[in-house]
Amino acid sequence: MSTPTSAPKKLGLREKYARMTRDLAWEPSYQPKDKIYPQAGLEGIKIEDWDRWEDPFRLTMDAYWKYQAEKERKLYAIIDAFAQNNAQLNVTDARYVNALKLFLTGVTPLEYAAHRGFAMVGRAFPGAGAQVACQMQSIDELRHVQTQIHTISHYNKYFSGFEEWRHMHDRVWYLSVPKSFFDDAMSAGPFEFITAISFSFEYVLTNLLFMPFMSGAAYNGDMATVTFGFSAQSDEARHMTLGLEVIKFMLEQHPDNLPIVQRWIDKWFWRGYRLLTLVAMMMDYMLPKRVMSWQEAWEMYFEQNGGALFADLARYGIRMPRHWEVSVKEKDRLSHEAWATFYNYGHAAAFHTWMPDESEMAWLAEKYPASFDARYRPRYEHWIAEERAGRRFYNPTLPMLCQVCQIPMVFTEPDDPTTTCYRESHYHGEHYHFCSDGCKDIFDAEPEKYVQSWLPVHQIYQGHCGGGSVPEVLRWYRLEAGRDNLDYLSSPDRQNWQRWKGEAAAG
Amino acid sequence: MSNNRVYIALQNNEDARPIIEAIEADNPHATVTHFPAMVKIDADGRIEVRRASVEALIGRAWDPQEIHLSLVSISGNVDETDEAFILERHN
Repeated sequence: MSTPTSAPKKLGLREKYARMTRDLAWEPSYQPKDKIYPQAGLEGIKIEDWDRWEDPFRLTMDAYWKYQAEKERKLYAIIDAFAQNNAQLNVTDARYVNALKLFLTGVTPLEYAAHRGFAMVGRAFPGAGAQVACQMQSIDELRHVQTQIHTISHYNKYFSGFEEWRHMHDRVWYLSVPKSFFDDAMSAGPFEFITAISFSFEYVLTNLLFMPFMSGAAYNGDMATVTFGFSAQSDEARHMTLGLEVIKFMLEQHPDNLPIVQRWIDKWFWRGYRLLTLVAMMMDYMLPKRVMSWQEAWEMYFEQNGGALFADLARYGIRMPRHWEVSVKEKDRLSHEAWATFYNYGHAAAFHTWMPDESEMAWLAEKYPASFDARYRPRYEHWIAEERAGRRFYNPTLPMLCQVCQIPMVFTEPDDPTTTCYRESHYHGEHYHFCSDGCKDIFDAEPEKYVQSWLPVHQIYQGHCGGGSVPEVLRWYRLEAGRDNLDYLSSPDRQNWQRWKGEAAAG
Repeated sequence: MSNNRVYIALQNNEDARPIIEAIEADNPHATVTHFPAMVKIDADGRIEVRRASVEALIGRAWDPQEIHLSLVSISGNVDETDEAFILERHN
């Protein structure tokens, strides 16, 4: 309360924020701190003084609610307008909607996992500044889940493959890639979790998911997705800054933290990069109108901006993440290798696949002059000829999966894009297989963790996925065969689209 | 050559337009690139968004925290005060 004699001085932003965070914390007297925060010391990170935590965004709770409410009002006005105007008919092409199916099944559940994860670490950290930042982020992530489900629910009324997204996330083979990524982070300690998610994923890599994808949604006439995407992304700047702060804080607190933090940055850069394989394929193949290629995005957001970030962190002794050079070598092949894999397994995917048409192949050739015509076009032309001859190719065998990233072993040798890359380790008499040196390093550092991986192909062969045949497994996925899967050319989505748009059925 | 690039990306909408204009005026070394639905502004070393400059353009009081409504992404170390929103790298 203010004193009656003098008017209260208006607090500056820094002061107001300090009052809201530090002044809400107190020194416990009933229990020792290590009992209240038992996880804080488990990972070997040494923190001398939590009060040295600097909050770059000084968003107090009253301002937070005000701005978040404003974001919601804007978003829901657009969702209403989108639904009322049947704006699903304004997207460039019904193929586009498959990118949303992948987003809803693969990304939205990760937002929920992030909501849980940040609530957990917000409780685990002893410092008030970190607690407040994590709890705010936890609320943000819940907002992202809700707005994504709500926005995309409109597409569920008109297109197939949307309704079982939550069930699918826990079961479908390729969705174990994003699911296991987050489970891996959540089953680590609080400092590793926040390094994995806030720094390596959000600060270094998430721009590649949201910026080109949302800009791509705008370019493809999907106003609703642009809006939820940018609404979520407006929180992201705060999250990214939390990621950078936590790294600087750990490094400033104690020199012993450097090797631990560097190891986590190495590990989570590679985990995150492998996860983005799905985004690479979305950008180059699933957007009918493309904003930029995966290669261009990787150059802009990782090589240039990531390069500046790591140059900045060099003062603390941090270097570029291990195997970053491999990501640069792979930039002109990643999306093609991924799309070819999904085309192979299109009968077991909960979205449609297709071969690019001639104008799209011309775009790919222009964007990938060194690789597309030489290596990928001939394969596609072969598959197109097969399809026209009534033999659309589906691969009947199940692929071998990488023990760490859980992606089928389809990547090629860093220095030879025509040879599949295989790595293996031996542990307690068993052989474990990896797609890359990056994934093998991660396994070798923590084999006890990764021998427990729930690998979809192994699980199918062990009889844990509804049965041994493809139809049984698809039923277990709740994937309706003939409607949700297979080539776009034969899909009900395409037939409906042509009917709605008054397009003649192509031959 | 050292790379100390910072950037700010904003939505391409009515709220963000005066912010973008103020950034362009106050940061002549910055490069502005337009993408579908968003604008990305890159600069070496530092980008400043000044309260006074935005207020002069919109003719009302403007809290630099309002930038959160239009922000898409950033790269750099943030300094947020009552007067400005600043991104910088010192390397």
